[in-house]
Amino acid sequence: MYIGQDNPREFKNVLYAAAWFVTFVFFILLIRIWYLQVFKGKDFRELAESNSIRLVRTIAPRGIIFDTNGKMLVENRPSFDISIIPDDVKDLGKVKQTIHAITGITPEDIDEKLKAAKKQPAFQPVKIKEDISWEEVAKTEIAKIDMPGVILEIEPKRRYIFGDLITHLIGYLSEIAEGQLKTLKKANYRAGDYIGKYGVESGFEEHLRGINGGRQIEVDALGREVELLRKINPIQGNNIYLTIDLDTQIAARVAMANKVGSVVAIDPNNGRVLAFVSLPSFDPNIFSKGVSRETWTELVANPFRTLENKPVQGQYPPASTFKLITAAAALEEGIIKPSTKIYAGETFRFGNRDFRDWKQGGHGIIDIHRAIVESSDTFFYQVGLKVGVDRLAYYAKGFGLGQKTGIQLTDEKPGLVPSSKWKKDVYKVQWYEGETISVSVGQGYMLTTPIQMANAYAAISNGGKLFQPQIVDRVEDLSGNISMSFKPKEIGRVPVSDKTLDILKKALYGVVHEDGGTGRGLRIEGIPIAGKTGTAQVVKLKENAKRLKPHQVAYEQRDHAWFVGFAPADDPNIVVAVMVEHGGFGSEAAAPVAKEVIKAYLKDKL
Amino acid sequence: MIDRRVFIHFDWILFVSAMLLAIIGIANLYSATAGTGSSLYIKQSYWLIIGITAIGIAALFNYSQIERFAYFLYGMSITLLVAVNLFGKTTAGAKRWLDLGFVSFQPSEFAKIALVVMLAKYFNETSIPRQGMSIKDLMLPGFILIVPFVLVAKQPDLGTALILLLIFVSITLFMKVRWKTIAGIAAAIVPFIPFAWHFLKDYQKARLLSFIDPKLDPLGTGYHLAQSKIAIGSGGFVGKGFVMGTQGQLKFLPEHHTDFIFSVLAEEWGFIGSVVVIVLFLIIIMWGLHIAQHSKDRFGTILAFGVSALFFWHVAINIGMVMGLLPVVGVPLPFMSYGGSFLLTSMVGIGVLINVSMRRFMF
Repeated sequence: MYIGQDNPREFKNVLYAAAWFVTFVFFILLIRIWYLQVFKGKDFRELAESNSIRLVRTIAPRGIIFDTNGKMLVENRPSFDISIIPDDVKDLGKVKQTIHAITGITPEDIDEKLKAAKKQPAFQPVKIKEDISWEEVAKTEIAKIDMPGVILEIEPKRRYIFGDLITHLIGYLSEIAEGQLKTLKKANYRAGDYIGKYGVESGFEEHLRGINGGRQIEVDALGREVELLRKINPIQGNNIYLTIDLDTQIAARVAMANKVGSVVAIDPNNGRVLAFVSLPSFDPNIFSKGVSRETWTELVANPFRTLENKPVQGQYPPASTFKLITAAAALEEGIIKPSTKIYAGETFRFGNRDFRDWKQGGHGIIDIHRAIVESSDTFFYQVGLKVGVDRLAYYAKGFGLGQKTGIQLTDEKPGLVPSSKWKKDVYKVQWYEGETISVSVGQGYMLTTPIQMANAYAAISNGGKLFQPQIVDRVEDLSGNISMSFKPKEIGRVPVSDKTLDILKKALYGVVHEDGGTGRGLRIEGIPIAGKTGTAQVVKLKENAKRLKPHQVAYEQRDHAWFVGFAPADDPNIVVAVMVEHGGFGSEAAAPVAKEVIKAYLKDKL
Repeated sequence: MIDRRVFIHFDWILFVSAMLLAIIGIANLYSATAGTGSSLYIKQSYWLIIGITAIGIAALFNYSQIERFAYFLYGMSITLLVAVNLFGKTTAGAKRWLDLGFVSFQPSEFAKIALVVMLAKYFNETSIPRQGMSIKDLMLPGFILIVPFVLVAKQPDLGTALILLLIFVSITLFMKVRWKTIAGIAAAIVPFIPFAWHFLKDYQKARLLSFIDPKLDPLGTGYHLAQSKIAIGSGGFVGKGFVMGTQGQLKFLPEHHTDFIFSVLAEEWGFIGSVVVIVLFLIIIMWGLHIAQHSKDRFGTILAFGVSALFFWHVAINIGMVMGLLPVVGVPLPFMSYGGSFLLTSMVGIGVLINVSMRRFMF
């Protein structure tokens, strides 16, 4: 039984029901509006007239940063800021005068700050001066009673306890840039907020930042707080434990005093970074008050490139530290045997040119072991030539050179491993064999970063494993629950047999412990050390030029000094790469630094 | 085709009520943004002129033509919704806008009218059992709903999705559904509510929670609601006067020119102004039901009822929300909230009602 098609009368009852429903709902709406506007109208009007309710944000303290043993590196301290709430100011002229008298900020500067904040609602505080002194706090506290609209805010500020000690790894905080603000608005950043700008502070921003709280307060007609209505406490950001060992870091920093360059120490068993020094450094605390233009220009224009993060951004010829890779290539490719002996004289003639050795008189007839120990150049010229540039490039890449290690720091540089194809692509000319001679001793086009060299030597020491260097051990929330932890991450294996690695390790031990070794100055009682010095030429020497001592040469023309090594040699748990820019000989400038670092880290074994 | 009698029977009650609301709306928008240098009210005026033209077009040809184009309109709205999902402009985290170069427009608004038309056509051609529809009978109309519903919810625009759902529920109940079926569906949905909770975004959860207990989110939605109530309440009986509102003007009220526009009106025009506006809405909705009652055919009845339901839910939810009776959902107030697409949709709705109204005398 169906109802006929075109008979709207079927809807009569349901339409009546609908009309009653609509009437009922509208009746409720009218009752409600009567309740709000007529019945409670007076109360609401009072609330509105007293300008009533304000939202004040409470900035969350950032997470604390510790070293691997839980020693505090970065903490928070309170900072007092003077702010103005434009809406509540009754006499702006007087306010400007008083603030000027107390803090020295000129009325013009105040106008400028107020103008910059024009876009935000007028009831939101505008910061006039941050981090004022106790005296200024006291004076403001008294004066503000007669100056509605002026408030003191307490906000947590960052304190880098050790100043410039680990700046390039930890990074710093700085006021958010205007361009950045646009993309970050959604994440509740506001103009004037601080944000991590480099290193861990930036890379772990979302962990460190915490959740801002706020207070909903009732204020009187003069904008003074009458009552706290509701409040949400801010939640401090998560704490971060670095892999850095503070004592080792300090030892490295002290040993590098007055030097320009890098120290990187890593644990070869897992890639954890134990010490990380880049010099010259700067004190990140200077940013907490808003850095002045002059200070910034000084940082940027420093001739020793303060802002460059040298362990990961500095690219240098690896010099003799590269000979290990040439040796590995030659052994693996069967060009020499461990027992093969070659005459390594004072010079090696190729084409119509003499390539000379660092050692006057040469090394005589030696095998690969002695060649590494004495760091013979002419030995590796001959061997390198036979290996050829492309096979050298293959092994160099196999040791992680020419590519980023993947450390969690921004703008890491890849370095450069030259090959015949590379030269053709870039310079449109073919490779000359003479250039292979330079490459086989880590000169020429070859460029590496200190972190790459540390990683390559770590692989030699640990049986061939390349790890991604790690700087953070774990992230913990306030109750100590681990919210993020980092496991060792193997990123590759060197294409070299255990037998060859063994030969290399023995030779590196010999560098420090055998007669005629270039690293003999490094010996420490009780700890066997293995390593390699390197002296990287910055300018190409003319043939038959006189051999000069570093101090006889202009600073920019002095050689870069390298040392890369590990300890204890038999079962290593620290690899150190030291790179001193224009430091002269590796054995004199770089090796002593490595010695101090190793001593500090292995002090329990002494 | 155009009959002189049509003009004699032009529905002035509807037209005048809608125009009054639209003019009040523009004045109110001017006030809400006064002092900010914003020209939103001028843009809205242009949209109003386009809207009046739309009323003319929607009223001009016989609504039986609309029935004929139902599939086309519905298909078109789905296409646009898919397009907005693919090419839409993202604002505030949601893809709701199609940028046509000179103007942006919200396909989800168009979908509301298209859904009404499509359901009206479907039910007009379907015989409804005397006891009402069973689950089986609801399958096809349910499908008509679910496609635009999912597309809109995905944007995400939960306010509009909710309106689509309510339009569907209104029309199907209007067509009669078995009591058993209603009870069955309700019983089936209840266990899924905790489940659906997980699909809500954080801010949506916050809105719902703060409605139950404003203390839970005093800095977000709770704050907005408190400010909205202060704005409305402080208007008192006669209001603070045009452009004299202190709460509404950018300072305290969020979304004061869109979803919370009624608070601005209530603050400045008081109880009297609020009642006038609410009564005008009541006239439109009741008159819409009256038109449904007297339509000459079944399609016209369902169509007029559907459009009335559309207006009803918008008004009830929006005003209920700004007064703290309902949780905060992004549902705009017809003729008052800023937004061209929605103003146009509302005007087309009025045009459709006028159309059905004019032709009830033409047997």
